[in-house]
Amino acid sequence: MPLYEHTVIARPDLSAQQAQALADQFGQVIADQGGKVAKVEYWGLRNLAYRVKKNRKGHYLHLNVDAPAAAIAELERTQRIHEDVLRYLTVKVEAFEEGPSAVMQAKSSRDERGGRRERDRDRERGERDRGEFRS
Amino acid sequence: MAREDDTDQLDEAGVPERRRPVEPPNITIRRPFFRRRKSSPFAHADAPKIDYKDVKLLQRFISERGKIVPRRITAVTAKEQRLLAQAIKRARELALLPYVSG
Repeated sequence: MPLYEHTVIARPDLSAQQAQALADQFGQVIADQGGKVAKVEYWGLRNLAYRVKKNRKGHYLHLNVDAPAAAIAELERTQRIHEDVLRYLTVKVEAFEEGPSAVMQAKSSRDERGGRRERDRDRERGERDRGEFRS
Repeated sequence: MAREDDTDQLDEAGVPERRRPVEPPNITIRRPFFRRRKSSPFAHADAPKIDYKDVKLLQRFISERGKIVPRRITAVTAKEQRLLAQAIKRARELALLPYVSG
C-alpha cells in the first residue's frame, strides 16, 4: 500500500486532549478502509503564518499513514465536512522518516533552551497584531 | 634566511628569479565583477534533506517579503531549487510559512 504523510490543522479552541482525540477518530476512518496509521505526532498549538478561517493559531496533527488511495479519499472527504478541521495536506512519500520530524526536533530544542524569551516574543507579536486591527 | 639566498641566485639566463615577469593567473576569469562561485549549501554529505516540515531550513530560502529567493543568490543547484520551491509551497499551504509578509 502507498505511504502518505497527512497533516491536519484543527481549530484552536479545542483542548490539547480533544485535538489528539481527533487522531484516533481519523485513525478509525483509515482502519475502516483497510489501512493503518504508522505514527501520530502532535505538534501542539502553533501560531499560523497567516489567518486560516479567521484563526491565528491551530492544533497541528501529523500522521504517517499506510493505506490504499480509497482510504485517503475517504479521510479527506470526512475532513472537508468536519467542523474542527481548518485545513489538511496529504503528501505521498516513498518512505517514512526515521525518528521525530523536523517540527518536533525544533520544538524540543526550543524547550531545552527554556523558551522563556520565545514566549515573551510571541506574546509581544500577538499584542502588536491586535494593535493593527484597532486602528 | 635560506629563502633570501634562493631568490638572489641567478638561473641559467642570468636573470634574478624574482625579476622574471610573473604571468597573471588565468586572465580569462579576471572580469571586473567576478565573484567567487559559491557552492550549494546542500553539497556536503551531512546536509539536511529538503523537507516541507523543516521551517527553519526553508526560511533561509525565502526573502523578508516571503518570496522564494532565486538560486543565483542562494547558489543551490537547479534540482535543489525545484525541490525547495515544492517544499516552500507545501509549507505555505500548512500556514508554516507566509505567502506574503512584511
